[in-house]
Amino acid sequence: MLQRRIMALWLGRFSTDRLARKGASRSEPLLVSIRQNNALYVHALNHAAQRLGLYAGQPLANAHAMVHGLAVVPADESADAALLDAMADWCGRFTPMVALAPPQGLLLDITGAAHLFGGEAAMLKTVTGKIGAQGFSVSGAIAGSATAAMLLARHRPHVIAPAGAEKEALANLPAAALSQDPKIQRALLRAGLKTIAQVMARGRSELAERLGKVFVAGLEGLSGNAPITPRLPQPDLMAEQAFAAPITSRGDIAIVLENLARALASLLEREGKGLRELQAVLFRADGGVARIDVRSGAPLRDPAIMMRLLEQKLDSPDHRLCDPLDPGFGFDLIRLEAVLAEKTTAEKASLDADENAARQVAFLIDRLSARFGAQRIQRFLAQDTHIPEAQSVAVPAQSQSFAGVEWKARRNADDPPLRPLRLLERPEEILSVLAAVPDGPPTRFSWRRCQHQVARAEGPERIAMEWWSVRESGSDHKKNNAHDYHDYFRVETNGGERFWLFRDGAPGGRWYLHGMFA
Amino acid sequence: MAAFRGVPVLTPMGRGVTLEHIMNKQEKIAVLRHDLARYGLPPDRPPVPLGHGAADAVLGGGLARGALHEIFAPSGPGFAACLAILAAGAKPLFWVRPDYEALEFGALSATGLLELGGNPARFFVMRAANAGDALIAAADILSCAHVGALVLELAGAPKCLDLVASRRLALIAEQSGVTLLVLRHNAIPKPSAASTRWLARSIASRADDEWGDPSFAVQLLRHRQGGTGDFYFNWNARNGHFVDPLRFQLPLASQEGRLRSLKPPPPPALRARGKRA
Repeated sequence: MLQRRIMALWLGRFSTDRLARKGASRSEPLLVSIRQNNALYVHALNHAAQRLGLYAGQPLANAHAMVHGLAVVPADESADAALLDAMADWCGRFTPMVALAPPQGLLLDITGAAHLFGGEAAMLKTVTGKIGAQGFSVSGAIAGSATAAMLLARHRPHVIAPAGAEKEALANLPAAALSQDPKIQRALLRAGLKTIAQVMARGRSELAERLGKVFVAGLEGLSGNAPITPRLPQPDLMAEQAFAAPITSRGDIAIVLENLARALASLLEREGKGLRELQAVLFRADGGVARIDVRSGAPLRDPAIMMRLLEQKLDSPDHRLCDPLDPGFGFDLIRLEAVLAEKTTAEKASLDADENAARQVAFLIDRLSARFGAQRIQRFLAQDTHIPEAQSVAVPAQSQSFAGVEWKARRNADDPPLRPLRLLERPEEILSVLAAVPDGPPTRFSWRRCQHQVARAEGPERIAMEWWSVRESGSDHKKNNAHDYHDYFRVETNGGERFWLFRDGAPGGRWYLHGMFA
Repeated sequence: MAAFRGVPVLTPMGRGVTLEHIMNKQEKIAVLRHDLARYGLPPDRPPVPLGHGAADAVLGGGLARGALHEIFAPSGPGFAACLAILAAGAKPLFWVRPDYEALEFGALSATGLLELGGNPARFFVMRAANAGDALIAAADILSCAHVGALVLELAGAPKCLDLVASRRLALIAEQSGVTLLVLRHNAIPKPSAASTRWLARSIASRADDEWGDPSFAVQLLRHRQGGTGDFYFNWNARNGHFVDPLRFQLPLASQEGRLRSLKPPPPPALRARGKRA
């Protein structure tokens, strides 16, 4: 079985580092306060403040009493979370499997990735060095499980625990580190269990009695081999290229993407797959990450088509405003991910003209969807209902997952069209309706401030709501049911226009215009 | 250029010249000769017969494929939809319209298209954010030769739709053979690269009947390759083509009078500008 290796990164002064990166002084004491139970507490503090004897969790009033003229900033948890997200994105350059351990930790699954960076020790040094260079105080550790790695990162930084030897590495750590819950910490203290080794020596049932099953389950997790839950879906296949010096020009990037597309295509071919969703991830040297996402209606393997879709996205109107290829100091790693790949039947050169035409049209739809957004290119599906506005639904033309019923014309073979070519999104009320007979069609009406004289009318065609969607209102629902229908009339005006009108319910109801015939 | 399709660019001797090139030389020279002879002539594409004798005669057999046709429609897209169904045939029909058109004039209904005789399964609508996007998308769609017809619906006179843009679209359409119908609302004709220009309005159906086929009074305002004329069209959804309402139903003697009674007065703007706009 594959032995997982997890790298944990603990950002000990995350909140104050964030403020320091924005210009706060590192040498002056700085506190971040948080309101809990209607009182202010110290949430985080920088190194200078800690040297004054202040500590996290201390009531803010105490801190003020101890040190005069402290700088205090209220905690901004959403900004912290956003920064942690961005850092997780950035860590994607080391491994695609990155998980958040909020509020100030990151977990990287480096199984099978360490040798790319010269072994686990060198990789840990590279990662912490690069994060440290960005102005964060970070400590890291590697172990076989996420909890063990995180404990080591917090309490014994820069330790690499070999697979299966997590317990030995953790043995001397304080038992209180096992839980954040002050009740359990107190219980451990009362039981006289000071180190993790002492806790481990006790029987599981004994611990469960005293500290609860959750605590014991957490202990089991220390030596487990469970995978972490990555933040982003893991790509099925990917190809990447790193550069010694960052590249900036659009032409260079296009060449790299093309090479990667070719590499990805050969991977796909070997696996007998075609990709449905493709993502180009560009890592900026200064920490930013740009993602370009394109989708394809049919499984795709041709690098030329991948490139054309990506280029459509780069030229697309919403990207012109915020250039995704704003390289800053340049990109130092570019990766092409097949986020979603599907099995395909072997590609065969088809001589069938119809199949070729269908493929060309599908590619056209992919191109348009990549450029303008999938929801803007629509096709229509028939639905099995008689409610006119629900008879056809528009779905993104690219999606294959929708199915409709067969199209059936309502008219008899010799009839003129019975349904209008255009339907208003919501029927518009027509005013000053004059009808010759109470339940007959109107002879005159005004719509959008224009008077229309009806020359001839056809109808009524009564369309009732489906019984399961009829409005019900308590005891007199029968009475309401009687009104849940529309009497439709097709009318032709003297001007030659043809409208589809309906009366809401019985004679005397309001009149609406629903659509226009050709 | 389409005329040189399949012929590689000539390379200087010694660079990129292979045995295969030399062996095929005679053949290629023949192809080049043929292409040169046809250079500048419109490509051979059978026109789309409308089914309306008089109109087909004026148009020289029907609506030209792979060309730009402008339709000015004060009373809705019906005539353009019928032409597009005809021109698309069994191939996909694309309809590009900015969002504004759907809000103002109603969303296109696939059931309505089906009732008109079109095939909703091969009907694609592109909702563009604005006229500029619509033109970009239209150029992309036109370049795919497997599309049957494209309707580009634009209201008013967007700035981006100038002579250059329409010339560009017409060129792409000519290369790929896709028929482009530019449907204009609330607009007056301006110089463009259109090969035909129509003014279509729907009219009341036969007076003696109750609810007849869709009927249109259509003026062919401009035709690059021939004459112009005024016609009445009825759309026969059953067979999917137009018919001439004056052809069968009335005795010849009464046609004149009926024609006069049916004929709507041409709008003043068009009369002032004349037929060769």
